[in-house]
Amino acid sequence: MGCWQLYVLLVPSLIWLALFAYYPMYGLLIAFKDFKIRKGIIASPWVTPLFKHFSDFFSTSIARTVIMNTIKLSVYQLLFSFWVPVVFALMLNQVRSNKGRKVIQTISYAPYFLSNVVLVCIISVLFSSTGVVNHVLESLGIGIKYFTSEAQFFRPLYIGSTIWQQTGFNAIIYIAALTAISPEYYEAALIDGASKLQRVLYIDLPMIMPTVVLMFILSVGNIMTIGYEKAWLMQAGGNISVSEIISTYVYKTGLQSAQYSFATAVGLFNSVVNFVILVLANLIAKRAADISIF
Amino acid sequence: MENTKKKGNDGAASVHAIQSASDRLFDTINLLILIVLCLIVVYPLYYVVLASMTDPAVVHTGKLLLYPEAPYFKGYAEALAYPQLISGYGNTIWYTVLNAIVALCATIPAAYALSRRDLVGRRVVMFLFTFTMFFNGGIIPMFLTIKSLKIYNTAWALVLPAAVSVYNLIVCRSFFESSLPQELLEAAQIDGCNDFRFFFTMAIPLSKTIIAVMLLYYATAMWNTFFNALMFLQDESKMPLQVVLRNLVLSNQLSMSASGAEFAEKQKLVDQLKYVIITVSAVPLMIVYPFVQKYFASGVMLGAVKG
Repeated sequence: MGCWQLYVLLVPSLIWLALFAYYPMYGLLIAFKDFKIRKGIIASPWVTPLFKHFSDFFSTSIARTVIMNTIKLSVYQLLFSFWVPVVFALMLNQVRSNKGRKVIQTISYAPYFLSNVVLVCIISVLFSSTGVVNHVLESLGIGIKYFTSEAQFFRPLYIGSTIWQQTGFNAIIYIAALTAISPEYYEAALIDGASKLQRVLYIDLPMIMPTVVLMFILSVGNIMTIGYEKAWLMQAGGNISVSEIISTYVYKTGLQSAQYSFATAVGLFNSVVNFVILVLANLIAKRAADISIF
Repeated sequence: MENTKKKGNDGAASVHAIQSASDRLFDTINLLILIVLCLIVVYPLYYVVLASMTDPAVVHTGKLLLYPEAPYFKGYAEALAYPQLISGYGNTIWYTVLNAIVALCATIPAAYALSRRDLVGRRVVMFLFTFTMFFNGGIIPMFLTIKSLKIYNTAWALVLPAAVSVYNLIVCRSFFESSLPQELLEAAQIDGCNDFRFFFTMAIPLSKTIIAVMLLYYATAMWNTFFNALMFLQDESKMPLQVVLRNLVLSNQLSMSASGAEFAEKQKLVDQLKYVIITVSAVPLMIVYPFVQKYFASGVMLGAVKG
């Protein structure tokens, strides 16, 4: 064994892997048990039937709501936000001054570094009934809107703030793909008398298309993993009918009302669906672009 | 490499030399739209900072603030009266430093080991790591793990689960794979250099960039940690800044008991305090980010290589 020293280098991360990745997976067993914290995972009795917690979940009226809310939030988010960084990268690439490009790009990243809490706090002060947005609306004669508590505004605010926060950062990969395009294409196009817009549409866009397709497939794969943090933070009395998603529901039933087994079952259902979608997306990506995340 | 780059620039210059009127119009409109987009990105942040130091009476009229008028710093003095804000700051700094140390010690050596093609079982170990990106126990089993390891309500409950991020590990491994030439290792091995010595005296000194990237990724992640703190910590005094921020701003725990005519005035102060608190908690990252953003970007590209 010539490489024992390499294994020593791996040890800290393997301990982490065992304790914080695979041990919790073992804990998923409680989805099939009637878990009592005093008894521990092993000694807690199995439930009969084994899928009782799952069928309990599906028999509640809230199951349909949270599943649909999760799907709608992520599908709308994908549809409305996915193409924005692509367009932004294409536009940025047309800015002639190197310095100007740099400045615009640096500005565009800025919100990415804010935490979800800060982001939601900013939304809450700017969009509150006495906030600046409502004052502008009022002066335009539109009247006050209760953005942070009414259900109809939850998804637009959630998705809009995602676009605001992540466009610049998500554009990095497209900007890199654009800078890799050989100038010969442009020279040839110029000789043919192509306008700038034509160069963007017929050179830039097709050249970055493989990257775009790949990123799209990967985003589709992540569709059920939509973060619970932001949704939970944005929840306010009136919007709960649309803002309750699977992961926030798991948190509430599991940790706030201590139904450990039930919540784990709901979470497991989500993870399994997730996993299947991810693997499928990865297979498609492999076929389409010969690139795999595995 | 240098040559092609130079050629590229010349090409671009000659392309720009011939410009039709419609192209110039395109450029102008394009630039205008981008400038408007930048304003949309910056203005909310600018507004919050400005509102935090403007007389609440002015802020309360709801007009768009463009420059600091009616400066007013009492909000900052008020904010100091909330001890949880200071302890939250201290806790966050402590957790971030501790996590950075632990995470670097776990991630960098592992990434190096996994970058070595001669590591027996490399594919298996890699699979075990990658699998956890696609499937995990979820929050309840994680909570029970924290409980059973007896680290609930301690700094370790935040730091240890965040000790390795598999995504970061892969980024770091890609860096080692692409930037440490195989010949270097072979030459060192001929000289009788063992793996430890090679890692500590050759690999690490050549990897300052990736260490900076990792430090930044882990530090921002921990600085922004919210939900894990909510789940794995119990004492108010141990809560990091993000939890304090949420309690004060979103759950309206800014206590200012007042009644009657005074109430409206107090409400304005409370509103202003929110701007102050948001500002003080976001400012450190906002100050640091222009200097470090290129490292973030290079991390993204390293991640994309292996994608």
